[in-house]
Amino acid sequence: MAERRNDNKREPWRDPGAQPYIQIENVTKRFGDFVAVNNVSLKIYQHEIFCLLGGSGCGKTTLLRMLAGFEAPSSGRILIDGKDMADTPPYERPTNMMFQSYALFPHMSVAKNVSFGLEQEKLPKAEIAQRVDEILDIVKMREFAQRKPHQLSGGQRQRVALARALAKRPKLLLLDEPLGALDKKLREQTQFELISIQERLGVTFVVVTHDQEEAMTLASRIGVMNRGEIVQVGTPSEIYEFPGTRFVADFIGSVNTFEGRLIEDLPDRVRIESHELGGVVYVDHGISSAPGAVVWAAIRPEKINLSRTAPAQSAENCVKGVVKEIAYMGDLSIYLVQIGSGKTVRVTLPNIERLSDDERILWDEHVYLSWHSSSPVVLSQ
Amino acid sequence: MMKKGRHWFSKTGLWFGLAFLYVPIISMIVFSFNNSRLVTVWDAANSPTLKWYGELLRNEQILGAAWLSIRIAAMTASGAVILGTLAGLVLARFGPFRGRALLSGMTTAPLVMPEVITGLSMLLLFVALEQLIGWPEGRDITTITIAHITFAMAYVTIVVQSRLAGFDQSLEEAALDLGARPAKVFFRITLPLIVPAIMSGWLLAFTLSWDDVVISQFVAGPGSTTLPMVIFSKVRLGVSPDVNALASIMVLIVAIGVVASAIWMRRQERRRDREMQMAAAANK
Amino acid sequence: MPRVPLPSPPHRLLAGRLGPWWQLFFRYGPPRWTLYMRHNWAGGRLVIAVPYLWLLLFFLIPFIIVFKISFSEVRLAMPPYAPLLQWASEKVVDVHLNLGNYLFLLTDDLYISAYLYSVKVAAISTLFCLLIAYPMAYAMARSSPATRNLYLMLIILPFWTSFLLRVYAWIGLLKNNGVINNTLMALGVIDEPITMMQTDFAVFIGIVYSYLPFMILPLYSNLEKHDFTLLEAAADLGAGPIRSFLRITLPLSMPGIVAGSLLVFIPAVGEYVIPSLLGSTDQLMIGRVLSDEFFANRDWPVASAVAIAMLVLLMIPIMVFQRFQARELAGAK
Repeated sequence: MAERRNDNKREPWRDPGAQPYIQIENVTKRFGDFVAVNNVSLKIYQHEIFCLLGGSGCGKTTLLRMLAGFEAPSSGRILIDGKDMADTPPYERPTNMMFQSYALFPHMSVAKNVSFGLEQEKLPKAEIAQRVDEILDIVKMREFAQRKPHQLSGGQRQRVALARALAKRPKLLLLDEPLGALDKKLREQTQFELISIQERLGVTFVVVTHDQEEAMTLASRIGVMNRGEIVQVGTPSEIYEFPGTRFVADFIGSVNTFEGRLIEDLPDRVRIESHELGGVVYVDHGISSAPGAVVWAAIRPEKINLSRTAPAQSAENCVKGVVKEIAYMGDLSIYLVQIGSGKTVRVTLPNIERLSDDERILWDEHVYLSWHSSSPVVLSQ
Repeated sequence: MMKKGRHWFSKTGLWFGLAFLYVPIISMIVFSFNNSRLVTVWDAANSPTLKWYGELLRNEQILGAAWLSIRIAAMTASGAVILGTLAGLVLARFGPFRGRALLSGMTTAPLVMPEVITGLSMLLLFVALEQLIGWPEGRDITTITIAHITFAMAYVTIVVQSRLAGFDQSLEEAALDLGARPAKVFFRITLPLIVPAIMSGWLLAFTLSWDDVVISQFVAGPGSTTLPMVIFSKVRLGVSPDVNALASIMVLIVAIGVVASAIWMRRQERRRDREMQMAAAANK
Repeated sequence: MPRVPLPSPPHRLLAGRLGPWWQLFFRYGPPRWTLYMRHNWAGGRLVIAVPYLWLLLFFLIPFIIVFKISFSEVRLAMPPYAPLLQWASEKVVDVHLNLGNYLFLLTDDLYISAYLYSVKVAAISTLFCLLIAYPMAYAMARSSPATRNLYLMLIILPFWTSFLLRVYAWIGLLKNNGVINNTLMALGVIDEPITMMQTDFAVFIGIVYSYLPFMILPLYSNLEKHDFTLLEAAADLGAGPIRSFLRITLPLSMPGIVAGSLLVFIPAVGEYVIPSLLGSTDQLMIGRVLSDEFFANRDWPVASAVAIAMLVLLMIPIMVFQRFQARELAGAK
């Protein structure tokens, strides 16, 4: 994960005085009866890589297209750099977009594609040529300048699309599934290149993606969308470690949730009695909810310990189970363990050492699941 | 096994159908070299001969009518391409607007509308217009061209519209996004991409106009007899050998055109495929 | 060019109540004129207006005129019909609405029988077209892409040559001393020529021959899109070739069948050239009746009434065709 340094300049959203670059205020978009985007408000700051993450049809692309000016909000307003964009058509906005399909003009060479935007600004020819070379250098495509799009591979097309969108030196670059069409290896490699280009040019990125790994790698902050609404905004680690709802917890990574009732609710600790777990979950941080309320304790698979012998304090945060399935993934192994209540719990263990078969936990073994009291997250919805 | 059996049946059907399509044309070409005036009775002694071709080239009426038809067809094709491209663009790209259904209806109806109805209605319009505003004065090449444009543009609209529907609208959005105004987007992006459709639309409109006899009969004036009208009146009186010669020449021209364009397209396609393969290979 | 819709009105209360009413005029909200002009008038509206006005003037209005004239009386003048509206005096408009033309169509046997005969001929020809075209389109769709293009070219090539001349070619084949009869007699199959010209058979042949490409092309473009692994799946599940054809290929190709059939049937009903050249003079088709009324009898009102009656007859097939066409084009996206 590309962790960023924790100072206020790097994290302007923590600074109440900072001026947001994009302000989305109560934006709603309807297509007939269908509400694609529902009352979304967002502030995005300069030099951010902001990822809109969600499943298909969640409204993320519609939101991006409203930023680009291809759709107008049904209500609400969008400000870029403090200016209301309602009356600004796409060709006058300070934004450029990289399309999911790349949308390279098939009848123009790479160089012509890249210079198209510059020609609209009526710059002198020499300057256009120089800037095209410059940007093609950055994406390492200079030797392909005279090729037509159909003579390029998928990865090369992606670079040209990026170069074309960056050529006008926009303050804001909108990327719609920028890596969606690439295969897995190439995608990982390109993710880091995107970050380094963004840091070098100091552009603000708004990226739409359905791929949570991509969002985690790229983003300074992630906005998780579901059914047209923003459900949570935060840094990748905030979203992963402190999801706000069961939807977010489940959408980003995998999670085990146990429904239960609050039986003790103090500012510094919480106890939840869960029938799904068949025991009590003890959490060492407080939450804000009324005692007796129905809540869910969410525990990530990698935060659960698996052992043959009972851990020292086995009264709380511990449950017995039987191993039902094991999937060996190379770097880690996934265990599906059935606990007393009948629920199946997912546990992942890193394969740090090479273990012989006797040492490894195998199918149908009785095991103890346990976790640290800081691991569970208590969710009220 | 099952596949083979089925293929055998439909393949026979295909060859039977092609024979059905081509036997009349071939017989027409063969008998254009026949010396006998009786057309279908082969005069083995004096055939083959180019006699009827020579007679055709001396026939002032046919040559004049052909030249008139070519002019009308060229004007029709050009007019139909402009109007049809605009209509196709509107239907494919302008989204919903009031009256869209009517426009779409008016562009598809001429595809199937019986020609006698179109011809009658056009003529009555011209008569009414002449009474009302004094234009057009009588019927001539202008009225024929207007009538032809109206039904040929429907075909161009369909061709352009389906081409536009087939390519990604984000190409145009990308151009807008890069700062090009809508008119510029049309001329720099949309138009170059639909050029093949426009070209085939032009040829289609040309052929439709060149071929039309029914509508022309309604809207033509005394001084404007098109080639199909001449042929129609000749043929009603029975077969005549110089029409065979004329038909053969037309088939030859069309065949050369179609075959040449097919070869050219095939070549383009092959080159493109090869380049795409190379690009894919280079990446590995 | 994508039109930029306006944000909906700020006063939503009004919109709630008046919504449907003002939306008749302003789809994207009440006019904010400067913006409206900029986005919608400058280029876009003009682009819509040009083909729109052309078609209104030269396609729609002519039908209204035909409709109007079908109600007027014939007279010996140019134009040969009486105006519907006349100023009888200063303030009184005299309407000469004459239903006589339509009554005439209903009472005179000639018209009814011509209509029925036209529909019969068109229907039978459409059926034969379908029977010939289906295997052809199927074989094309299942052959390799290279041969597919060759076949396509062979199908389209006759279409580009003159329709009139292709009908004419059949005269040479079908007439009493034509190629077919001469060949059969030379081979000794028949002693006397078979009369084929000026029969229903000749008209069927002419229509099937001329309209065959219009049937093949929609069928082919439908069949070409079929996923032939479906048939393998059906075979795998134990369906024989006939059964899997009837249960899978045929239902899936229904849109192609309907589109092709309408493309043949509708114009064939009004066909004029083919029956004039190949058909008998005893039984006329309706297109021939119309043009005879118009050119020979100079009875424009009755000709107009015939046209309107034909349109009414074809209205439903034309509308079905348009829906298919629209769906096909929407599906292409």
